[in-house]
Amino acid sequence: MAQFATNTTLPRYLRVEQEKIEKIAKGYGLDPFPTVFEMLSYDQMNEIAAYGGFPNRYPHWRFGMEYERLSKSYEYGLSKIYEMVINSNPSYAYLLEGNSLTDQKLVMCHVMGHVDFFKNNFAFRATDLDAGETVTEPMSRSGDSYAPNRKWVDKMANHGSAVRSIVDRYGIPKVEEFIDTCLSLENLIDPWSRFVVRRRDSQPEEDGPGQVVVPRLRAKDYMEEFINPSEYMEEQKKKLEAERDRDKGKFPTQREQDILMFLLENAPLERWERAILSIVRDEAYYFVPQMQTKVMNEGWASFWHSRMMTNDVCDWSEIIDYAENNAGVMATSSGKMNPYKLGVELFRSIEERWDKGQFGREWEDCSDLDVKKNWDLRLGLGREKVFEVRAMYNDVTFIDEFLTPEFAHEHKLFTFNWSNRNDRFEIESREFRAVKEKLLTQLTNFGNPFIYVEDGNFDNRGELLLVHDHRGVDLRADYAKETLSGLVRVWRRPVCISTLADSKKVLLRFDGNEHSVKHDAP
Amino acid sequence: MSLKIDQDHSRFRNIVRGKIRQNLRRYISQGEMLGRKGKDLVSIPIPHIEIPRFTFGDKQQGGVGQGKGDAGDPVGGEGEEGEDGAGQAGKDAGEHALEVDVTLDELADILGEELELPKIENKGKSRIIAAKDRYTGIRRVGPESLRHFKRTYKEALRRAIASGTYDPGNPIIVPQKEDKRFRSWKEDHEPVANAVIIYMMDVSGSMGDEQKEIVRIESFWIDTWLRRQYQGLESRYIIHDAVAREVDRDTFFKTRESGGTMISSAYKLAAQLIDQHYPSTEWNIYPFHFSDGDNWSMDDTLTCVELLKKEILPKVNLFAYGQVESPYGSGQFIKDLREHFGAEDAVIVSEIRDRDAIVGSIKDFLGKGK
Repeated sequence: MAQFATNTTLPRYLRVEQEKIEKIAKGYGLDPFPTVFEMLSYDQMNEIAAYGGFPNRYPHWRFGMEYERLSKSYEYGLSKIYEMVINSNPSYAYLLEGNSLTDQKLVMCHVMGHVDFFKNNFAFRATDLDAGETVTEPMSRSGDSYAPNRKWVDKMANHGSAVRSIVDRYGIPKVEEFIDTCLSLENLIDPWSRFVVRRRDSQPEEDGPGQVVVPRLRAKDYMEEFINPSEYMEEQKKKLEAERDRDKGKFPTQREQDILMFLLENAPLERWERAILSIVRDEAYYFVPQMQTKVMNEGWASFWHSRMMTNDVCDWSEIIDYAENNAGVMATSSGKMNPYKLGVELFRSIEERWDKGQFGREWEDCSDLDVKKNWDLRLGLGREKVFEVRAMYNDVTFIDEFLTPEFAHEHKLFTFNWSNRNDRFEIESREFRAVKEKLLTQLTNFGNPFIYVEDGNFDNRGELLLVHDHRGVDLRADYAKETLSGLVRVWRRPVCISTLADSKKVLLRFDGNEHSVKHDAP
Repeated sequence: MSLKIDQDHSRFRNIVRGKIRQNLRRYISQGEMLGRKGKDLVSIPIPHIEIPRFTFGDKQQGGVGQGKGDAGDPVGGEGEEGEDGAGQAGKDAGEHALEVDVTLDELADILGEELELPKIENKGKSRIIAAKDRYTGIRRVGPESLRHFKRTYKEALRRAIASGTYDPGNPIIVPQKEDKRFRSWKEDHEPVANAVIIYMMDVSGSMGDEQKEIVRIESFWIDTWLRRQYQGLESRYIIHDAVAREVDRDTFFKTRESGGTMISSAYKLAAQLIDQHYPSTEWNIYPFHFSDGDNWSMDDTLTCVELLKKEILPKVNLFAYGQVESPYGSGQFIKDLREHFGAEDAVIVSEIRDRDAIVGSIKDFLGKGK
């Protein structure tokens, strides 16, 4: 047990339940990490929730803000946190003291789903502390027992003590102000960087232009010509050479999305500042998989809690209580997608479709609605399929592949938008394409704009040039200004960002004293 | 037990302290707050500081929702902007709300808490007690009109079964005299309203719309706070220019007269009201007067002072005078009052320069716990 864990053990009757539930879960094929359940009072719960699930974090006022919000909503009876579980090995899950036994069982079942997901979904491989710099094959595992080092409870606590010792030295106001700056840059990371080799080792520049190597797809000899056709390879080579010549002397040589990394490597930071920026970056990456799989993760946990509760765990005296609580969690209100609901329904629809064989060419080509309605090949592949999906997908691919027109229609999905005329949000469309597109847009890069470092020596004056890859939505102007100030604080030279505003190209610049906006920028 | 978060929390409170105050002020100053009083609910924001990031302007973004409605229909809630910051898996849904709906009572408590208002000490006057009948019990005698059918039937059924005359095949029950049961009542004694606020406002030509708005907002908060302290508070409204008259609430806030100002007219009317309807032995009385302080003449001011001293002050808990600054500047009246009643505990004067000063002025008025 981690030494930083809260010393709040589970009462005996719940330990019994835990064992039962774990057994049932494993019987269904779930494969969770060992899980430590702890029982917390509501204020401890609010505290830990405010810290993002970790009993020890670095000191920062925003945790206090979160705490206030949670405890106020608890006091006013608006919401209470039933459960919390953190992605770690072993995983830690918290139960709220004073909940009914039915609730506790529900939470345990739900947690089993989450912990199985943490362990088996590929995206979470990025949080393995022993996985190395890049995880190129997240699905492959050596041997049966997969027990990665994911001691994030300890790691977060270590971050905490590191920051505390910096605070002792420099004082909380100075340190906290710098943390604020770092946090305002927190989303400038590259969510997929752990899975892709982004930086190819640069060729020796001195020996003149080196050979350009065109990456090939793996192919057997006799397929080589078809898979990597030579004229295509030639074309690619020319393209890469042209790129290389153009990029020559550029810094960084390629656009980089991991702006925090770029700053860590290149910004003139003091040692303690570098330490803090690096901590903020590590933690930002830790939360990435959870944001990439919010819908799936909640859906998967709900899928299993409902199955386990109704089939195995509840007795007849508990089923109504369970149903009521479950209904509360699944409730939808217009204007908001409930990730629990969307996720669980998608998983159920996948299970049904694969059980009945409603997939593949024949199904796609069938245009007879009546036949489709009664389509049942009795394949029984549902279970297998959902387990495969939980391992190999993230929210974007999940929704892209399994959100069908029938599903969107059945669940009354719509898109909405701001109406300038009526000064309110209005339903825009119920068309399947529009709905799906909007959902995917929102999930891509989890709702953050795509921003890259373009040039670390802009105008040959040591200024930093960022580029916003505009995909239809403008940056929020006042926040962009503030963020630029933060960047200047770190980069210590003027910083610019090139973006679009009202479909016109603009360059926002902050030189440390003054913000300026230049139109028709490069 | 002390929590680790306490330090972070108190630092947050310190950071926003100024900000909380401003938030509260801005929000108190919103006229539309009153509009949302509808179901006794208002929204209060929980202080929140958002760390600026490169992010999307949310109105362009829209989103996906679920439910009924056609294209063009308004969407229920506000659009949620993307995902929650550092999303923690497995937390309860619906967490993005930053506004809470609270009842007016709670709002008053929050106001009290933020402004550190003391609870009002009751003057300990005898309360008026109203008697009210409640039908709560059952008895064996009574008028037919109060007969309790179900209970009577039950008794009759019981007797029939006990005496063996009940026939399930022909279940006719005939109640006899001793079966009959009647509703009976109890007298409830309830204390009724024993506090009254008398609002007086100067509606002479120099009081503009903005000044009235300030009075309106301020009186809403005073009302809310005092209502929390007294069950069933009564309010009376007096407007005056050179003459005073009693009006209803709507007229009070909407009337705009022109002409001069004779404050004594309002005080006379208030004294009359108190004498006729609110004997000071039984009532907690709160006169609030708002004006721009431009009285007609020094003589009239002296009459006011007399009236206050002799007629009003002996009978009331508190006399409050709020001077609203008008486009024509602030008048002399507040100085006169200060001069004459500077030492008097029951007289509170406060200057209200603009909307932002409302909070301070409420604190002035109610901060003494009278």
